[in-house]
Amino acid sequence: MWDYTDEVMEHFKNPRNVGKMPDANGIGEVGSLACGDALTLYLKINPETEIIEKATFQTFGCASAIASSSILTEMLPGMTLSEAQKITNDDIVKQLGGLPAQKIHCSVMGQEALEAAIANYRGETVATEDSPVICTCFNVTEKKIREQIREHGLTTLEEVTDYTKAGGACGQCKEKIAKILADETGNKNTEATEGNEMDEQLTPFQRMKQISDFIEQAIAPALQADGGDIEVVDIKNNDVYVKFKGACSGCPNMFITLKVFVEKQLQDYISPELRVFEASRR
Amino acid sequence: MKKLVYLDNNATCMTSPSVRDAMMPYFNEFYGNPSSMHIFGEPAAKALKKAREQVAALLNAKPSEIIFTSCGSESNNHALRGFLESYPKKNHIISTVVEHPAVLQTLKFLEKNKGCTLTLLPVDQNGNISLEKLKEAVTTNTGLITIMSANNETGVIYPIREIAEFAAEKGILFHTDAVQAVGKIPIDLQKTPVSMLSLSGHKLHTPKGIGALYIREGVKIHPFIIGGHQESGRRAGTENIPYIVALGQACQEAGQELKDGSLQKISALRNKLEQALVKQISNTKINGNVPNRLPNTTNLAFEFVEGEAILLKLSELGIAGSTGSACASGSLDPSHVLTAMKLPYSFIHGSLRLSLSKFTTEEEIDYAIEHIPSVIQSLREMSPFYTLPK
Repeated sequence: MWDYTDEVMEHFKNPRNVGKMPDANGIGEVGSLACGDALTLYLKINPETEIIEKATFQTFGCASAIASSSILTEMLPGMTLSEAQKITNDDIVKQLGGLPAQKIHCSVMGQEALEAAIANYRGETVATEDSPVICTCFNVTEKKIREQIREHGLTTLEEVTDYTKAGGACGQCKEKIAKILADETGNKNTEATEGNEMDEQLTPFQRMKQISDFIEQAIAPALQADGGDIEVVDIKNNDVYVKFKGACSGCPNMFITLKVFVEKQLQDYISPELRVFEASRR
Repeated sequence: MKKLVYLDNNATCMTSPSVRDAMMPYFNEFYGNPSSMHIFGEPAAKALKKAREQVAALLNAKPSEIIFTSCGSESNNHALRGFLESYPKKNHIISTVVEHPAVLQTLKFLEKNKGCTLTLLPVDQNGNISLEKLKEAVTTNTGLITIMSANNETGVIYPIREIAEFAAEKGILFHTDAVQAVGKIPIDLQKTPVSMLSLSGHKLHTPKGIGALYIREGVKIHPFIIGGHQESGRRAGTENIPYIVALGQACQEAGQELKDGSLQKISALRNKLEQALVKQISNTKINGNVPNRLPNTTNLAFEFVEGEAILLKLSELGIAGSTGSACASGSLDPSHVLTAMKLPYSFIHGSLRLSLSKFTTEEEIDYAIEHIPSVIQSLREMSPFYTLPK
């Protein structure tokens, strides 16, 4: 059982301000079904004074996600936008009397939804597209990881996972997180040791799974968008055999797709030694 | 009125009062060491012998084929690590992706540290494995197949007899983790040629801390715990007589219940619960191969809501269940079983396992049916993904 504070349980059991707000003029949506938690925050902001008059929420998630959302909607009314912008996830955690380490990301979600709602009110879009996605399971960008490391002085992989969820599921991105962490903390030793450790930890099965998952999750969707598809047939050492399907099979540009897109992606993200072949050419 | 309704019997069960009564004299009265040659040792030795016979009888095995262990996980470790120790050259092992961590993590440890190779068979959307794929996976190096008898999360039952016959034909050893299956489905080891079988007491209403490993006569498996002559040198350590007595008693009761219709009663209650929930709650799915499951288990998925929130809301009402949602586990990883079944994430995060026992009453099931729909509804009303029916 998680060790939730009374405050968390109180807000989980009796959440305040639940529901859509038809007259909201600032709406922030973060998270997704796949990630396991998502929050939509609705704000009613007085355009004259820029004071938040009302806040409501809808949350899909665990008790701490619901409690973080609920308490945030209690904190906001009466604040000006510039005051609200200063709220961090630490403030949410403090108001809740603490959260288990693995649940800190729920409070981060609250802060992000608030930022998104304020941006929405101002007609801005939150720029995340310019930053590469590091953790594909939870769709966490490099920018977000760097921000959290700086903001909270994170030093370990576990802490990064607690704050951002990155690396919490399949673990494929742990090496990349370790590099970002080393870069941010200026500790190059971390990079070397963590990186090597990760490599050594991958068994042949895990490595094959890493490759096939990457193709399935990162490459296939791009091809599917064009009516094609790709399937891993076999993996032998550094040789990956794939089969193109749908519009891709017989496409005159298939070889280019194979070498320039698929192979390049695998080399960039998994290992530079990887080579990709079409299965029938074995 | 608030009740306490325990529907998490695949996690652990209440110790049955008759089992408790059977073991009590072995704490303060007959507390001798069964190896001792005196008046205190004798009743302990007799109790040990009787319990071994009771466990063997439930499985239609020989008493000499039963080793008492501390738990199901120890039995699994003993079987898998002992196998590789004994047959280092036959080091290809076939298993499935849906095994309990006590098997899966032990296999991964052996692969990483002891040089064995692994083939993990996939499952389909209903959690079934393919016997064809199993047959194709066999190599000249395959020394062991280890496949669970029934899955702890979904209750899906695996074709142990067919697998055992195939393995026997090929001269491959076959171990089955039967922790969830023993006592819930008939297992006859005279008819089913498995080489090793793990079982656990607390799923059969003993206290936690007792298990057994069946090793077929003639199968040589290196001991896991060494340093004593106990269990014919196969498992060192002074025998835990009170708990062994408990396991014997529990196995005897389970044997009777397999015959007297108790399990049909459990499955009727499970079906009532499951059907009522599916009927009353929209966007609900039953996970696992419905016709071929343990009689006591249901795994439901409620779309648009998250499992930890469901559990905590149910707990408020006194109802205990379990979930495959990532948020309720220590890690952020959702259930490996439901993930392997390729269920959509929305269903995995909203999964709820309810598992009954012989002590579950109709009144308790009615209470659960009365309250679970409103819990799901209250969480859905909070969820941004749920559109209220007009």
